[in-house]
Formats: sequence, structure tokens, C-alpha cells
Amino acid sequence: MLIKRADDLKPSEITPESLYYNRREWIRMASAALGGMAFGSLVWQDTISAPCQEYKPKAKGPYDTDEKLNSYKDITTYNNYYEFGTDKSDPAENSGPFKPKPWTVAVEGHVKKPATYNLEDLIKPFKLEDRIYRMRCVEAWSMVIPWLGFPLGDLIKRLEPTSKAKYVAFETVFRPEQMVGQRRPYLRWPYVEGLRMDEAMSPLTLMATGLYGKELPNQNGAPLRLVVPWKYGYKGIKSIVKIKFVDNEPPTTWNIAAPDEYGFYSNVNPEVDHPRWSQKTERRIGEFRKRPTLMFNGYAEHVAGMYAGMDMKKNY
Amino acid sequence: MTQTVFVRKILKPVVFLLCLLPISLLAYDFFTDNLSANPLDDITDTTGTWTLRFIVITLCVTPVRRLTKWAPAGKFRRLLGLYAFFYGSLHFMTYLYFDKFFEWEEILPDIPKRPFITVGFASLVLMIPLALTSTDRITKWMGGKKWNALHRLIYVTAIGGVIHYLWLVKADTSRPLTYGAIVAVLLGYRLWVYLAPKIASLRMKQKSVSPQTERGQLAP
Ligand code: HEM
Repeated sequence: MLIKRADDLKPSEITPESLYYNRREWIRMASAALGGMAFGSLVWQDTISAPCQEYKPKAKGPYDTDEKLNSYKDITTYNNYYEFGTDKSDPAENSGPFKPKPWTVAVEGHVKKPATYNLEDLIKPFKLEDRIYRMRCVEAWSMVIPWLGFPLGDLIKRLEPTSKAKYVAFETVFRPEQMVGQRRPYLRWPYVEGLRMDEAMSPLTLMATGLYGKELPNQNGAPLRLVVPWKYGYKGIKSIVKIKFVDNEPPTTWNIAAPDEYGFYSNVNPEVDHPRWSQKTERRIGEFRKRPTLMFNGYAEHVAGMYAGMDMKKNY
Repeated sequence: MTQTVFVRKILKPVVFLLCLLPISLLAYDFFTDNLSANPLDDITDTTGTWTLRFIVITLCVTPVRRLTKWAPAGKFRRLLGLYAFFYGSLHFMTYLYFDKFFEWEEILPDIPKRPFITVGFASLVLMIPLALTSTDRITKWMGGKKWNALHRLIYVTAIGGVIHYLWLVKADTSRPLTYGAIVAVLLGYRLWVYLAPKIASLRMKQKSVSPQTERGQLAP
């Protein structure tokens, strides 16, 4: 089996529940504050016994964050995946009929051997690793997610792009019969995204095939998605069917939809507001108070060098 | 039981309680952890949605009363309008607290800076004089004509609410546009009620004037 499964995990790898975010904690506090002490603690007793996701990454890597993980439930029920609808609950509710197997990925453009690969063949050479990353949505909320995947750079090296390749463009599958959101044109389908070559080669940039040690659920972009932790979440294109090496900056879906709101780079930057809301702070899912947003989502030491001398206000 | 007593003693309390259902369900879902992973945003969205819905429902009262010729319908207008204000105030409070933690140095620049907030804020502010002048005593003191004129501000609030919604969605405008269409019909109805008699009397005048002049010309 290519993809590790949760049931492969040994009991010794299991973390105590206390390490996970539990929003019930402040909900209980809120009930108490409202004078509903008895009611609140009743609810608390009821929910705390609910099973928690048990998971532990194999070993802590250099890019992993120490912060508390968001629960599997939060990560898989609160999603922006407009192909399945625009409400956060839609992807979990509507992605049932989606078939992530079998899956092929077309590799095109300035590359030695353009070809269409079976997903298994494409990822076989790589060892899947856990990566615990912050994920910052452009809507000013964030999560901590334990991804499973391999660096995009390793894949690119194997695919051998030519010297003409300056950018990598990605495309999501177009299957309106399985993806209800694609039946309506509120975005231009299929979804497209892109990275500059150095961004794509960054050791932080991940091709994810799973989370919490399991295969990606449909609502999180099964079977293959991009994770670029220092950029806003929408750069992390899901259900990828095409990787194309190009010489010019490729079009990106949200930039096409609203060019003054979403740029090509989309680096997390507390200094550059979205026109409709501030990016200075964010709500970590599970927390009540907002926290300050960090430059490059806290990954500046690894990625800031790529943008030296660039005006981030212009290249947002 | 006469109809008036039935409306006042039974129907009105029932409607009053029904209007508390959205906030009760929201509170229940909150305390039983049945909202999404981001419950505070859910509260903002739910109260905002119900503000707009109550504005729409309030705007339905007069057309329903006229079309059904059931006069007591008018008795629910104040109740429903005040609920719109109630949900609007809660909605505003969620913004002030959950979004901004009462940090005024953040809030005050935010209101003029972000068009969707500006419009939402203006819409809510315009409801304040309507809520303040909703008691029987003030209504009587103002007199029907002035009171009616003032309370037409709800038309502006309704349009503002739709624009607020339209400007805050990221890509899918179908919901705000649906509310926009409903508000357009409800305001269009008023325009029609206002214009129809004028047009009719204009036609009457034309009809009654022109034959006379013709006759007048022929007479001498
Ligand atoms: C009559 C007045 C208002 C109406 C009818 C109204 C209505 C709405 C509606 C329908 C929504 C969207 C709910 C959804 O996404 O499902 C919303 C969201 C929102 N409203 Fe209002 N609103 C009003 C006033 C205000 C005011 C005064 C403020 C703050 C100053 C405000 C701030 C917000 C915010 C922050 C959101 C959430 C935006 C987001 O999800 O990104 N609204 N409102």
C-alpha cells in the first residue's frame, strides 16, 4: 500500500487527548459565563467522552510546528473547496460521490518527458512524510494540520524540466457530474494555480496525499493536492490532474475572479490587507481570541530570501 | 372571542415567540457544539441573515394586508420591524466583540474603510430612529403622515442590507441577488401603488379633456 493508514499506527505512537485543540473548552467557559453552569458542564461531560483522533507523526522534522493540532473533525468539516459548494460545510457534505481512484496526472510543457502518469507511479519513488504546518486562510482564520506527503521539489527533479521552465502551473480535475459546485460558474473552472520555480522547489512546498496519517478525504483535495504553508490557503490547489512547466507567470483562478483582491504571489502578509478585511490578525480555529498574523505565516526564515528586493505591496 | 382579541391575546404572542426561534436554535447549537469549527463566524452570519430576513418579512406586511384585505396583518408590522432591529443589533455586537474585541482603535477606522461595513453600519443606524419612534405614544405625537415618511427609511435599510451582503461574498452572489430580487419586488409594489392612481387620473384627465376641447373647437 502506498499510503499509510491510521490503523498502521502502533499504540506507542498515540498522543494523549490533551494535546489537541478542544474548542469545547471555551464553549464551556462561555456557558459558565452566561450563568448556565449546570447546563454547560452537562454538555461538557457529554462531549469530552467523544473519541479524539489518535495520531502521532513519526519524527519531528525541521519545518514542523510545535503548536497544537486542530482536530481531524475540524480539518475535514470546515473547508473551502468551491468545486463542492461555497459553504464551509459543503465539501464534507457534497464530496461523497467524488471518485479519487483511479487517478492520472498529466505532466506537460517544458519538461524532458511529457507524459500522463498513474498517480501510483508518479508518487511511488517518494517516501511519504508527516508535515505539521500552519494553514492560513485568506478569510483570516487558520488551522494546524498534520499533512502526509512529499516535497514537490523532489518530484520536479525527477520530471526534469528544461531550462525554459520558469513557473509551474497546476490544474484541478473538471468533473461537474461529481462536483456540484462546478455546475455553476461563480469561478472559472477548472481551478488553476501556479508557483514560481524557486517557490515550487522550496523544501517546504509539499505534494500532499494524506493528513493525520490517512489518505486525503475528498473534501481536503483527494487524491493529490498542493500545500504551500507561507501562502494563503487558496494557493493549495486540490485534486490535481495537470502539472505544466511554463515560461511565463500562469493564470490563477482567484486572480482571474478578483485581480485587485488576490495576486499571483498571495504570500501571507499582515501588512497587506484584503480590501474587505484586515489581515493583521487571524482566528485559529478552536480559539476565541484572535492572534497576530505572522509574516509569511511564520515561515519567513525559510522563504523570505526568495522575495528579497520585491515590493510585497505591489506583488501581493 | 372577537378577532381583535384573538390577534392580540393569541396570535401576537405566538408570533413573538416564533421570532425568538432563530436565536434560540443558534444558542442551542452553540452550547451543544453543533455549529461549525468556527462557531463565532456562524453566529455573525446567522444573525446577519436573520436581520435581512426580518427586514424582508416586515416589508411583506403591507402588501399582504392589502392583497388579502385582512386588516389585522398590520398589527404585526411593529413587532417584526423591532425584531429586525434586534437581530441587527446582535449582529453588530458579534462584529464588535467576536471580530474586534471592542478595540475601538480598530473599529472606528474599519467602518469608513471597508465599503461592506460602511453600508451595513449605515443600514443599521437608519433603523435606530425607527425603533425609537415605534411606541404608540410617539406615533400619535408625530402624526401618521410624518411617521410614515420617517419609516420609509426601512426601504433604504433593505437596499443597504442587500448591498452589504453583495459586497461581502467572495464569489457566489446567488444568495444576495435572491434577496435583492425579493426586495425589488416589495419596493416595486410600493412604487406601483404610489404611481398607479396618478397614472390612472392622468389618463382620466386626458380622456375627459380631449373630447371637450374637440367639442369646444367644433362649437362655434
Ligand atoms: C441592516 C443591517 C445589516 C444587515 C441586513 C446585515 C446582513 C448581513 C448578512 C446577510 C450577512 C451574510 C451572512 C452570510 O454570509 O451567510 C452579513 C455578514 C456580515 N455582516 Fe452584516 N448586516 C447588517 C449590518 C452590519 C453591521 C452594522 C456590521 C458591522 C459594522 C456588519 C458586519 C458584518 C460582518 C463582519 C459579516 C461577516 C462577513 C464575512 O462573513 O466575511 N453587518 N451581514
